[in-house]
Amino acid sequence: MTKARSLRERPLHFMLLPAVIIVLVFSYGPMLGIYIAFQDFSPAWGLFGSPWIGFGNFTFVFGVPGFFQVIWNTIFIAFLKIIGMIIVPVFFALLLNEIKHDRFKRLMQTLIYLPNFLSWVVLAGLLIDILSPSTGIINQILGTFGIKPIFFLGDRFWFPLTMVLSDIWKGFGFGTVIYLAALTSIDPTIYEAAEIDGAGRLSQTWHVTLPGILPIIVLMSVLSLGNILNAGFDQIFNLYSPQVYDTGDIIDTFVYRLGLQQAQFGPATAVGLFKSLISFCFVSLSYFLAARLVNYRIY
Amino acid sequence: MKRSRFTVQQIFTFSNYAFFILMAFLCLLPFINLVSLSFSSSSAVTAGEVKLWPIGFNLKSYEFILKSGKFVTAFLVSIKRVVVGTIVNMFLTILVAYPLSREKKDLRTRTLYAWFFILTTLFNAGLIPWYMTIKFTGLLDNFFALIIPSALPVFNVIVLLNFFRGLPKELEESAFLDGASQWTTLWKIFIPLSKPALATLTLFCSVYHWNSWFDGLVLMNNPEHYPLQSYLQSVIINPETFFSSSAGKGGDYQNLIAFVSARTAKSAQIFIAAFPMLLVYPFLQKYFTKGLVLGSVKG
Repeated sequence: MTKARSLRERPLHFMLLPAVIIVLVFSYGPMLGIYIAFQDFSPAWGLFGSPWIGFGNFTFVFGVPGFFQVIWNTIFIAFLKIIGMIIVPVFFALLLNEIKHDRFKRLMQTLIYLPNFLSWVVLAGLLIDILSPSTGIINQILGTFGIKPIFFLGDRFWFPLTMVLSDIWKGFGFGTVIYLAALTSIDPTIYEAAEIDGAGRLSQTWHVTLPGILPIIVLMSVLSLGNILNAGFDQIFNLYSPQVYDTGDIIDTFVYRLGLQQAQFGPATAVGLFKSLISFCFVSLSYFLAARLVNYRIY
Repeated sequence: MKRSRFTVQQIFTFSNYAFFILMAFLCLLPFINLVSLSFSSSSAVTAGEVKLWPIGFNLKSYEFILKSGKFVTAFLVSIKRVVVGTIVNMFLTILVAYPLSREKKDLRTRTLYAWFFILTTLFNAGLIPWYMTIKFTGLLDNFFALIIPSALPVFNVIVLLNFFRGLPKELEESAFLDGASQWTTLWKIFIPLSKPALATLTLFCSVYHWNSWFDGLVLMNNPEHYPLQSYLQSVIINPETFFSSSAGKGGDYQNLIAFVSARTAKSAQIFIAAFPMLLVYPFLQKYFTKGLVLGSVKG
């Protein structure tokens, strides 16, 4: 019996083998590389030859002027994005749900979900063009209202806000689709009952619709906790410039410049590790909360 | 009383439609502007006349891109990447999702395997160790550096394994009693039954590969090996170098340069890079939506 069982089990291990090897090398391999964070690493000496310097890289990086500003920028931008990504999709889903014309509804859904499928390179190219203070169409439109050109991507005040708004523009369709799906699963008899009880449209939204999708809102909010240090590398890397480093530089772009441009491998790995550890705590916390609050399991 | 509520309802419905039409226009505006720029003459673009309609309509920018060669090379690398990358992704996703969807009695180490994969989504070693690992494996500047490190999309595995688990147990039990092996069960029962889920995941993988740019930029030393989005990234960050480096290729080419500006050429390239997504997306949106809901909202 046990022999038959292990014979039946063997192909399963065999199926898993290629993926296990690849994940071992390319996901667990880098985890060994974390050792670099504690070394005065030089590619010439390699992982085994470079001298161990304990927390030297960490004290060095924390002493870099502006490092805490980078952390602040990251949290500030990421936090505003998280808040926006909760409120805007719910708002749109509620309004879209009121539209009874089915084809119009589907068309809108298609349109607002579209930017999700374009890369930040494409969208950055687009934004650089339309936001240009001299030739961009946005400033031309603002100009007709008598507003002076705004340098959205080159001004230290406007840059973070532009990041938050354009990210919401790209991403809110995703949430909207999820909330709409949740809305359609609300039992229509509850609405009928509410109507018999004399509830108007607005109070139906407040007392039936919102509570109906609340579990999904809670779930999405809790899961987004894990992104508190992800301010959006793809977006910011393609849109920032030295004049907005002050308010726009985030941990990921900082690590990129430090590590791959200035070849400061030790300090860059240290910052990356610092970020990963904090993110790990937040992601774990978010899964824990999701499991406790709305009984969500990833698998 | 009744009458006045009816009117409020009407006003709401009307402004709701108006709001969505306005939003749709705002979402489309950048794209319309981009397309108009790419088809306009460079003089009209420089004069800032082009808004929502091409002025001095011509195809010179597109001709210019096709003749510059680099764009075409990058485009072909991207096509190759999408095809090879998606096949590898789907192959491994299926091979991992099937064993993990078995009951614990069929695969005793199931939990261990599951955590082995899930841990990689919770903790990430960071940019530098990732880069060092790929360098260590000798994949730098090799096409397969774009394929192998990201060969197993763990979130897709979770979606598929949840789908597999939702399939009726009786089918596989009867197949097992008929003496079918694990491979036959997977091939003859699970794969045919999961076509919608597989289609969705295939689309996700192709979008991922088409849109990826960072790995190409960092891992390829020779710009000839850049996929389209990485190439585009270098063009957007530094459009003028693109021009100077492609100048001096004979009379025909010089002729074209007189008609194209960096801005029209850039717009045309962005448009072509976005085009496959714009083309297939409206047709496939229902799969995306289905897959999204499949992965995110479940009991």
